[in-house]
This record gives sequence, C-alpha cells and structure tokens, in this order.
Amino acid sequence: MIFPIVRTALISLRRDRGALALSFILPIAFFTIFAVIFGGRRDSTPKVSLLVADEDHSAASQRLIKGLEREGSLSVKRRPAAKQGVEQPDYTAATAEAAVKAGSAPVALIIPRGFGENPISFGRADPNRPTIQLLKDSSDMVAPQVVAGMLQKVAMTSMPDIMAEQGSKYMDEYAGGFTPEQRKRIDEGLEALRQRESAESNGQPAAPADSNAGMPIAVASRDVVGENKNNPMVSFYAAAIGVMFLLFTASSAGGSLLDEAESGTLDRVLSSRVTMGALLAGKLCFCSLLAFAQLILMFIWAWLVFKIDFPSHIPGFVVMGLSTAFAVGAFGMLLASICRTRAQLGPLSTLVILIMSSIGGSMFPRFLMPEAMQKAGLLTINAWAIDGFTKVFWRDEPVSHLWPQVLVLLAVGVVLCAIARRLARRWEYS
Amino acid sequence: MASAPVASIPSLPFPLRIEGLVKRFGDLTAVNGITLELKSGECLGLLGPNGAGKSTLIRSIVGRVVPDRGTVSVLGERADSAGARMMLGWVPQELALYPKLTCRENLESFGEYHGLRRGALKTAVAWCLDWAALTDRAQEPVKNLSGGMKRRLNMAAGLIHRPKVILMDEPTVGVDPQSRNRIFEMIEKLRGEGISMIYTTHYMEEAERLCDRIAIIDHGRVIALGTRDELVRNAFASRSEVLARFASVDDSVAAWVKQRGGLYENGMAQFTIEHATEIAGLLDAASRAGHELADISLRKPNLESVFLHLTGRELRD
Repeated sequence: MIFPIVRTALISLRRDRGALALSFILPIAFFTIFAVIFGGRRDSTPKVSLLVADEDHSAASQRLIKGLEREGSLSVKRRPAAKQGVEQPDYTAATAEAAVKAGSAPVALIIPRGFGENPISFGRADPNRPTIQLLKDSSDMVAPQVVAGMLQKVAMTSMPDIMAEQGSKYMDEYAGGFTPEQRKRIDEGLEALRQRESAESNGQPAAPADSNAGMPIAVASRDVVGENKNNPMVSFYAAAIGVMFLLFTASSAGGSLLDEAESGTLDRVLSSRVTMGALLAGKLCFCSLLAFAQLILMFIWAWLVFKIDFPSHIPGFVVMGLSTAFAVGAFGMLLASICRTRAQLGPLSTLVILIMSSIGGSMFPRFLMPEAMQKAGLLTINAWAIDGFTKVFWRDEPVSHLWPQVLVLLAVGVVLCAIARRLARRWEYS
Repeated sequence: MASAPVASIPSLPFPLRIEGLVKRFGDLTAVNGITLELKSGECLGLLGPNGAGKSTLIRSIVGRVVPDRGTVSVLGERADSAGARMMLGWVPQELALYPKLTCRENLESFGEYHGLRRGALKTAVAWCLDWAALTDRAQEPVKNLSGGMKRRLNMAAGLIHRPKVILMDEPTVGVDPQSRNRIFEMIEKLRGEGISMIYTTHYMEEAERLCDRIAIIDHGRVIALGTRDELVRNAFASRSEVLARFASVDDSVAAWVKQRGGLYENGMAQFTIEHATEIAGLLDAASRAGHELADISLRKPNLESVFLHLTGRELRD
C-alpha cells in the first residue's frame, strides 16, 4: 500500500515544476551563494579598503604605510582613483574623512605631522605626542578592527628598530639608566635592526621577524559616520528586511491579476471601458502604495522601538521609499504577467526573491561579500534600495546625493513595466 | 394639387449585427461563418450543445476574442468602439465577481469601470440590487451568498451601466429550479422594458420560454433560425413524433429502427409520423421483427426534436 502512495506523490511532484524548483533548485542556489560568500577561495576573500592620509611624510610614516601595503588583507589607497586620466592628489585628513563619510571606504588612517619624531608609545600616554587617527564608518564592524590590529602588527614588523630604540629610552628613563656596556650592546642591536630594514626596503629577503618584539603604537579611533546614532545596523536592516518583504508583498499583490484572470473578472473588466494599460497602471499603483505603506510602518517602528532618527530624514525617506516602491511594484507586475496561474507564481516568486535578497544584501551586508558578489548584487533592486536608504539614514547625505539610486530604481521600474505590459497582451485577446 | 413630399424615415440600425464571423483555435473552427441580426426589443436564443460555439460567439461580440473574419456592430457602431461597449452588456457564464467584496461594492466597482460616477452610480447600483432582489443582502460579501444569489448578482453586474443590448451566456448554469424561475422573472422584466437580448443556453425549455426567435448552433454554424413554431414546422411540417422504448437494447434494435427511418439513441427510438393511425403499423412491424416494446408515446415535436432531427444528436450530448 505504501508504494502506490509514494508513486502518486512522485508523479504529482514531477508535474509540479514550482515544487520541483523549490525542492531542488532553491537549495542548490542558496548553497552556492553562501558558499561563494563565506567559503570561497582565499583569493576571493574581500580585502579591507583602507585610506591613508600621510601628513607627516617622514621615513617612519612611509615605512608604516609600506608595511600596511604589504598586508594581503588590506587594500591601501593613498589617493582617490584617477578621474578621466588625471591623477588625484594624495588624501589629506579632510578628504579622507569625507571619503569615509561618502562610503568610499570603511576606514581611514591619518598619520599626523610629527609622528615620525616619536612614533612608538609605551607606558603613560603623552598628551602632547601626535597620535594616529583611525576614522571609521561604524556600520562596518569588521574593517576598523582589522585595520587597528594590522596597524599594531605592521608597527612591530616594519619599524622594529624604532620600537627597540623607543623601548630602550623608556628603559633608560624608568630603570635608572644603562651601564656603558649595556648601552653599547643596545646600540649595536639597533644598528643591526636598521640594516635589516634597509635591506628589506631594497627588495632583499627579510629575516623572520621576532613576533615578540615591539610594542603598540598609539591610535585614536573616531566614528565619522553614525557617531551620534544609537544602533548602527538598525537602519540598515530596516531597509534590507523591508525591501525583501516588499518584494514578497508586491508579487502577491500582482498575483491579483492572475486571480482575476482565473475567476473571469478580468474578462468582465476588460469588456468595460477599462483598457489593459489602465488596468496594469491601477494594479501598479496599488502594489507601489502598499509597498510604500509597508516601508513607512517599518521605519516608524524602527524609530519608536530602536530610536533611529526618522523625523529628520523624512525627505530622503520619501524619495527613496517611492522609488523603491515603484521598482518593487513593477517587479510584482512582471512576475504576475510571466506566470499563467497563481500556483506558478508562488514558487517562482519565492525562488527569485530569495536569490535577489541574498545577493542584494537583504540577508547580510554586501560589504562582507567578495567583490564579484558585490558587483552581482548591483543587478538586484535590493542593493540599490539598501544603498539609498543607507545614504539617507546612515550617512546623512542630502536628497540630491540619492540620484544614482533613484535613477536606477526608476529605470528598473520602467523597464519591468514595459515587459509586463508586453506579456499582458495575452490577456487582452484570444 | 401636388402632394407634399414625404420625408423618408431612416431605418434604425439593428441593435446587434453579426456578419460572416469566423474564429479558429488552431485546427478547431469554433465559429464558422455565423451571420445573425438581433431585432429591436427581441430576445434571440442561441441554442446548442456544449462546445457548439455559443460562448465563443458571445466573447467575439464583447471583444474578448478576436475573430479571424467577419464584423460585429452594435446599433451601427463597431463592437470594439467605446460607444458600443457602453451600449453592450455582458453576463458571462462564470461567476465573474470579487468574492471578498460585498454585493454593493461589486456593483460599484463594475459601475465605475463603465464610467459611472456619483449620482448615476448610486442610482444604477440601487436599480441592480432591486432587480436582482438583493437589496437586503447589499452589505453581504459575495462569498457568503448562495449559488442562486451569486448568479443574480453576476447578471446585475453585467447590467450596471444599463446597456441597450444584453448578452447572457448561460445565466442559469448550476442553479436550482427555484433560483432559475427567479432568474426567468428578472429576464422577463428586462424584456418588458424593451431591452434587446441574446440568450445562450442548452436548455430547450429556457429557449422556448424566453426567446422570440431561436438560432440553433452546432459545430460553429447556425443550422436553423426562426421562432419556435417556425423551427418545428420547417423540420416536421404537420408530423408528430413517436417515441418508443424497447425491452431489450441491442444492435439489432438499432438496425431495425434505422431501417424504418427512425433515430435511435440511448435505448430510445424516435419515428416521425403524419397520422396517429400509423402507430399501429409500427407496433405490428416491431412485433413481427421480434422486438418487444416496453412503452410507446406520441408527442408534438419540440426544439429538442428539431435539434435531434437536424443533427442526429441530443442537445445535452
């Protein structure tokens, strides 16, 4: 008796393409996406982008920067990318801070004037000594930690002579001075370190560094983005989760077209004065308004419960919200017009939306993904919407700075609407 | 004295005129060159079995199917024009209603789709609810209504814009006899108002009760057109039908019936006779052939007889 039951179920599954896709394609697709993001090859691991502004221009600061550049986990940029073939000037403290605020990189190091005179700090902090500034965007919780750690490591490995020299000074000061013999040996050791560093700078192989040598250099960390915000990731997730569910809502609302086709009301509507164009426009308005209302609810909730600053960002929210709602509404119309029945729509929308959401950053931030994946994410509505909302709520950027995201979302909406209109011709006549 | 010139009275266009309509779906020709004219105030019945092409013809008239050939005009205007759409009402065979909306909300929605606003919409909704005897259920969601009520509301939704020409596509499908009678009353009320109407059905008794003229459709063609009496007279003249049921059903009975010029279907034989006295001869011949008759009856031919006579099949096949 069991065999006929299994056979009947198998036949039903084989003929239900949607269920087949959900059973076999979606898990494979998800596994692939997660494997690429978290378990990919080493060379695809994302590097932390680091901006460096050298205001000291000393030998010590240059050695420090070169040391940072040698680190495989960092992508150090001393100046912005060339514009139209014209080289840009090196970062200054001000331009580096502006670049972090604009989202060009999550971290910037400012090496202050006078750093080279006394680069290493031990014991009591000297308030008069120049300190390296680490400017960070706290929405990226990983990059600043990586840079802070790498900075200490590089200080130890790229400036061992300076560290030893500074150490001996402290020893001299706090331990009552060295004997002439001790002083002689220390000077010889320092000279050997200098020679080794000099040889390394000339491209000769370095001897293995002593992992125990050296001491930390002083770094002052400062949030330049989101410094006054209560919870760095809430506004991100309000947008990220919001957009994903907007897509589900829009596909479901768009499915009302299929309901109407199946029940016969579509025929009745189209036999009245309502044209297919007007019908689609009406459905699109409904889907978009529903999506916008969902976003309003999501951000008001985030404001009331998680204290994001909603009231002072209303203009940016409205611009991004309407653009996103339009694109999402058009997406819902497209899915509905592709499918023949409601039964087809369910699995297809689940498949497409979950994949879009994972690549587009609705499930985890795109900056954690490999570079190729981040670029692939730009093919999704999620990525552009999240980027826009992040600009509004995290970077406090003015509405005028939202034009790339708004333009892309509106263009995507128009294209999807045009395709949906073309596909909807099958409902017009038979 | 010269008589005053008589002003010529322009002839009014037909409420509905169909000329040479053809619609094919792949290899299947659903409508095969149908030409029909609906007269003012007339109820024209389209009678035919399932799959005869009635619904395709109706859907072609309302523009939901694009014909391969032929034209349709409503009161002189092309059927796909905005003016024709306002003059044409359609009651589809399916319950084309929004189940979660109330009766009133459904009517308001379809009224607005036809361009009705404010006072005109309110008046039209009130008329429809009254006509369908649903005024006391106006606030009830459609999903909670009985089958008969849904059918009536389905009809009312097709009339919300008060069209001059109405197409009813099997409006009584699946309803109980009591609800069917109520629907007949609604249609008769419309007829009393002089509305021109096409009424498709495969129920002979509906066509006989409601329609002035009947077009019998089979395989996408009009095979007979006229009043009920004309159709019967043309098919049978003054002859009557003898229906005979045999005690045993086998191929020899069918062969014998065919040999005697009758039709044999589902164990029932049908013969056409000029005079009642011919029945005795029929009984005698059956007896001599060894076929025992279970019962025999004489009846005046009806539309069912006409259809069977013309096609060799029953209406509900």
